[in-house]
Amino acid sequence: MIERTDTTALAGHGAQGPTPNPAGGGHGQLDVMGALFVFMLATFIGVMVIQRVSRLLHTPLMSLTNAISAIAVVGAIIVSAGKEAPTLITALGLVAIVCSTTNIVSGFFITDRMLKMFKKREVGGGVK
Amino acid sequence: MTAETLVQFLYLVSTALFILSLRWMSDPETARKGVFSGVAAMLLAVAGTLAGVAATGGTHYWWILGAFALGSAIGYPLALVPLTAVPQRTALSHAFGGLAAGLVGTAKYFLYYGQGNVAALSPFIVTALVAEILLGFLTFTGSLLAAGKLQEVAWIPQRPVTYPLQNLINLSLFILALGLGVALVLNPLAPWGPLAFGLIILLSLAFGVLLIIPIGGADMPTVISILNAYAGLSAVAMGFVLNNKLLITAGALDGSSGLILSIIMCKAMNRSFTNVLFGAFGQAQQKAAGGEEKVYKSDTIESAAQVMEQANLVVIVPGYGMAVAQAQHKVRELYDLLKKRGITVKFAIHPVAGRMPGHMNVLLAEAEIPYDDLVEMDAINGDMPQADVALIIGANDVVNPAARTDKTSPIYGMPIIDADKAKTVYAIKRSKNPGFAGIDNELYFLDKTFMLFGDAKAVVGELARKLAGEGGMH
Repeated sequence: MIERTDTTALAGHGAQGPTPNPAGGGHGQLDVMGALFVFMLATFIGVMVIQRVSRLLHTPLMSLTNAISAIAVVGAIIVSAGKEAPTLITALGLVAIVCSTTNIVSGFFITDRMLKMFKKREVGGGVK
Repeated sequence: MTAETLVQFLYLVSTALFILSLRWMSDPETARKGVFSGVAAMLLAVAGTLAGVAATGGTHYWWILGAFALGSAIGYPLALVPLTAVPQRTALSHAFGGLAAGLVGTAKYFLYYGQGNVAALSPFIVTALVAEILLGFLTFTGSLLAAGKLQEVAWIPQRPVTYPLQNLINLSLFILALGLGVALVLNPLAPWGPLAFGLIILLSLAFGVLLIIPIGGADMPTVISILNAYAGLSAVAMGFVLNNKLLITAGALDGSSGLILSIIMCKAMNRSFTNVLFGAFGQAQQKAAGGEEKVYKSDTIESAAQVMEQANLVVIVPGYGMAVAQAQHKVRELYDLLKKRGITVKFAIHPVAGRMPGHMNVLLAEAEIPYDDLVEMDAINGDMPQADVALIIGANDVVNPAARTDKTSPIYGMPIIDADKAKTVYAIKRSKNPGFAGIDNELYFLDKTFMLFGDAKAVVGELARKLAGEGGMH
């Protein structure tokens, strides 16, 4: 037990050189089990929520989740903003920001564009 | 409140908004709220990250701003593509998502490696890094190829490409990549580390191509869903590497969405994941050729219009052919004219009709057909015997009764729309060639079936004209 806590703490202090980034999460300390718990719970929530999505909307759903998975932008920003990083690494991060932003912008816009088109039959619109 | 608490709080709110965003997609009435909630979540996430980076002395802000601007400039036109091009746009987005994850993973590894950061390169983190680049880069090339196939780019083969020992070659490459990954987990700072890492990248890129090249158009809905799941999982892996719970959650939401869509698509084709990915659908068809010549009965558009006029219930079965011909607006005209005569018109939507999940619904919604009249396969099949006319517009395999009866057919067991139970069947077809899968469709040879050969848009337009013209005379 104690041994395990020690190694996790070590992993956290491993970031001694570069300051631990709060956006990187936690206390700059790697909490493996915590991360796995979050993953497990989020997957269950995801499965339950998605199962209720109307089949009519599967195409917009996919473009919406496209935009959501562009959350990778968070990682890309953290990489790009690193001070000690060599230029090449910053460049990789910046390209990743461009890719993710493309998905965010096009994903949300096209989802909304498609959803606007889904209309219910008008009540009393000549159709019985 | 420290900067760190603020960042984590913003991430917490952002996570909740992402979950709500998907929750609101359950109903077309609330779905647009879902988009706003998603946008808000994303803005909070970006704001939180920038705040966190600022608090620890980040840099390159102008460059980051420039990257945002460039991404928006590329993204906005991509949101304006015609709706028939939505499948390839989606595949392209998966490619961008995969690339972003792959690049961040690569950057992180080389950063830690350069620092000689033993603690940061713990077995868990290196495992996550390998998973991230493997999934990221294979999603990148796989999705690019899928997008190319969907866009019908000239030099990309449309038909499934198969070669001897395909699965064996794929499997060995995959095992090789895994082996390198394990070696890297055990010795992350070895002098050959970067070389092994680079090799994994190359193998993942190659693997993406090899995985998609044997897949044909009819399997695209499943493949796009699987790639969607991979893109999400690569974000999860990135979350593990960066110890960032927001990334893990949002990635898991995307991953589970892709997973569920893949399962729905596979069920709708009565096939398994492995069968879609490694089954090479193209191989099964050789036997179809060389059967005895059967004869189609074709009919004039005029008499088709007359039959429809007499009907009480017309069920329209759209397929990829409607999308290719951009016929949805003409279909809407036909729908209006039939409705005006008091005829009930329903659309029977097969889950895998088209090239991505929900493809037909979006096209028909674009043509302003009320979504109450778009009926899922399971809901409409009970009504098919009451249908006076089933009008098939560019659909083929999804109405092929061989799926029910012919055990030797490659589509045997796939649930279909029971168009053959309608009293009369009209099928609009571009040419006399068999459909995508190269399988003869028994439906076309039934006594009650009449073929209307021609471009879907032209034929439906002509049908509508006939119906409108006769209405004027009465």
